[in-house]
Amino acid sequence: MSPLALLQALDYSVLQQCMHCGMCLPVCPTYAETGKERNSPRGRIALMRAVADGDLSTTRAFADEMSYCLGCLACTSACPAGVDYAHLLEIARTHVEESAVNATRTRNLVRRLTMRWLFTRPGVLRMAGRLLWFWQRSGLDTLSRRFWLTHLLPRRLRELEPNTPRIQWRFSDELIARNEPAVGKTRHRVAMLTGCVQDLVFSDVNRATVDVLRENGCEVFTPRRQHCCGSLHAHNGDLETARFLARRQLDAIDPTKYDAIISNAGGCGSHLKHYNRLLADDPDYAGRAEVWSRKLRDILEWLVEIGFREPRNDAGGVLPVTYHEACHLCHGQKVSAQPREILRSIPGIELVELKEATWCCGSAGIYTITQPDTAARLQQRKLEHLRASGAGVVATANPGCHLHIQNGFRAADGRAPRVVHPVVLLAEAYRAERDSVSRQSN
Amino acid sequence: MKGSLFQENRMADQETCSIGGDLACVPALNARLGPGCVLTGAEDVIPYGFDATAALKQRPGAVVFPKTTSEVVDIVEIARRHRTPIITRGSGTGLSGGSVPVENSIVMCLLGMNRILELDTRNLTLLVEAGVVTQDIFNQADAAGLLYPPDPSSMKVSTIGGNVAENSGGLRGLKYGVTRDYVMGLEVVLADGSVCWLGNKCVKDVAGYNLRDLFIGSEGTLGIITKVLLKLLPKPAARRTLLATFGRMDAAAETVSAIIEAKIIPCTLEFLDRKTIHCVEDYARVGLPLDAEALLLIESDGHPAAVEDDVTRIAALARRHGAIEVNCARDAVEAAQLATARRSAFSALARLKPTTILEDATVPRSELANMIRSIQEVAQRHGLDVATFGHFGDGNLHPTFLTNERDADEMRRVELAMGEIFERACEFGGTITGEHGVGLAKKPFLRRQLGNASYALLKAIKRTLDPDGLLNPGKVVDA
Repeated sequence: MSPLALLQALDYSVLQQCMHCGMCLPVCPTYAETGKERNSPRGRIALMRAVADGDLSTTRAFADEMSYCLGCLACTSACPAGVDYAHLLEIARTHVEESAVNATRTRNLVRRLTMRWLFTRPGVLRMAGRLLWFWQRSGLDTLSRRFWLTHLLPRRLRELEPNTPRIQWRFSDELIARNEPAVGKTRHRVAMLTGCVQDLVFSDVNRATVDVLRENGCEVFTPRRQHCCGSLHAHNGDLETARFLARRQLDAIDPTKYDAIISNAGGCGSHLKHYNRLLADDPDYAGRAEVWSRKLRDILEWLVEIGFREPRNDAGGVLPVTYHEACHLCHGQKVSAQPREILRSIPGIELVELKEATWCCGSAGIYTITQPDTAARLQQRKLEHLRASGAGVVATANPGCHLHIQNGFRAADGRAPRVVHPVVLLAEAYRAERDSVSRQSN
Repeated sequence: MKGSLFQENRMADQETCSIGGDLACVPALNARLGPGCVLTGAEDVIPYGFDATAALKQRPGAVVFPKTTSEVVDIVEIARRHRTPIITRGSGTGLSGGSVPVENSIVMCLLGMNRILELDTRNLTLLVEAGVVTQDIFNQADAAGLLYPPDPSSMKVSTIGGNVAENSGGLRGLKYGVTRDYVMGLEVVLADGSVCWLGNKCVKDVAGYNLRDLFIGSEGTLGIITKVLLKLLPKPAARRTLLATFGRMDAAAETVSAIIEAKIIPCTLEFLDRKTIHCVEDYARVGLPLDAEALLLIESDGHPAAVEDDVTRIAALARRHGAIEVNCARDAVEAAQLATARRSAFSALARLKPTTILEDATVPRSELANMIRSIQEVAQRHGLDVATFGHFGDGNLHPTFLTNERDADEMRRVELAMGEIFERACEFGGTITGEHGVGLAKKPFLRRQLGNASYALLKAIKRTLDPDGLLNPGKVVDA
């Protein structure tokens, strides 16, 4: 550990930005759970400040509190003072990891295996995905559950196992060519980020994203075998690995060559937009990271920015669709109006507003693993509102929320709505439009 | 590690907390309230060491969460036995340090007492526990076609108990008055543990001294307010919001005087200066004019025809007094956005400097322009950065010093400037605090405003009701 721990070395004015007015309290899901100040943004900042001031040592309770925070950033939308809570939480969690206050051999091993090994090696990650696909496809997963083999696993793993995402047969690189031309005149050149969970579990969302980009005059460049963007690491106290992964992204994609870098996962995009801050002290990469951050766009944000073409067709019937706002898209990136604009433009869709649409669903990165009880309660709260909306389709733009909501419906009996990324609905609408044109010309 | 793999510790496990203050009364409190309702770990109590006032903090020894009046009574008795001070608190959004603890004290947080007990639509009253959030009271009344007018900027967070203890104002003060004007009755726990009901549902009641009013604005120093009976009004049928832009601060001040002189009482008459406009717009993005020197946000409510008439006359007056532009909010949504934006003003100013020190000197409305000029002059002379906004219609200003608590020299100059501003406010026949209370922040200036005889009376009352000095000691006056 360096002589000054991270929170002490941090620019103090970032902490002082919080003038503890309490405006964050009513929007904080963990404060709503407990009603205790320490579980609120202003309480956590007070604890960080106490550590920075030397009034509090880095205790287990401090570490627990930093872990209990969802990192949903609802507080940053509510904060009139403009506190950079995302940055504070990243620093505090890294501070906790460096202090090793909650280190155990098991925990260290798991963190090293997943964050430092699996998620830094795109080839290994995809190989693991293939194995998991085989396991699921062969029915071995159902069998092992039926014969209670899963009871050999530790309890937590066993509880999590049914929530393992269904792996896709084909990953993004098999669905998307390295370079795909625009349909019609080329107006923009963009680079496409395929993500890691998105690539393994939702490669169809990636394909739909490319389809929609092409429909809107974008030539799309998709580098092969992309690395994890590092948001997993930055949000969980491993800024060093996050920096390593950011450099790999910048090696793979030169942002000066493109009009925009496109992400379609809210959680990743929120982190990807901050590469400039992450690499600010790296003389070799700071300049490139600056350009990168300027050009990084969520797909929904980008579509509205370039004036996307509204799909035309005479779709019969009205399908009620509701929209759950992924925290890191609405609070992290302030992209909230654009997804609605896109959904409303789709013929045959009626957008039904969701109660508490911006309240975290409990997925929150790896929160389902680190804080399963709270994650489950927030999931139920979300499902209740989703059911009450009466919508048959739930649109959301982040793989974590997508899976968490889907898993919630699967575990409950009864009618489960379709969960889908808005860009997939738009791609389907363009496809329907083309089909109806070709039908008419026949 | 208790959880398997890398599941983190659950929040219910409090035993990992490091040990905070060791108050002798903690075992008794634990026995009475049960686990989870008494916090003593450093990590648990540090976040209760401050309110929304800048640069004031003190870690308490324990934090307790009573759920009933009888629990409050028992806590008071336990505290009295152990001579431990009690600091009552709601959400901790106060702006004068009124709920900042003292060393080795118990913070009594009333957020657990949050039941709405009775909505009486025949008498237009609402009975609530002290920990109910102000916004919930507004919503409850609104759903019944009624209005609870007091709307402090923190109303989404603040509790009614805190509002009554501070006698909070808000944006509608001009027409509807302040919290005091809506309190018909109170349940108060006294320092000796007795429980008093002060007031009732009668519009008229002159039996005995008006003790209810004594506790309104008493800042937790005389007793602990546990229940409040509130008066509600019929909801006005119409509401219109105007935004007037000015090139000079004086022009805005003159417009306000002209409106009052024309015998128009809008429900809201809010003022923002250039710095405040920029900070608020930076946060709220509601399209405030960034080239304006001053902005008036004006709201009129009542009968539709009267509102229409008021709005037309106000717009004409604003134009005559040099408004560059006068715009009417398109609809209720835009009007609500503007009011919400205005409510964020104080917090939004924190964007500029690390520490924001907010005052609420208030003067008779005829002295507004003079007071504004004085504030500018004092700030300039001390080389300080100040932004001003506030409830112009009430003569209630919020000069806000933008500073850094770590700059000792500048903080000393802020102290001097504040003293001078309070002095001027008193000279103009005004007050050192219009709605935030005395607490710690304005305590040194109270005697100057009250004069020796009134100040002595205040102390005598405090000594009578709290002879041991255990209720929020050190606030308002030293007994």
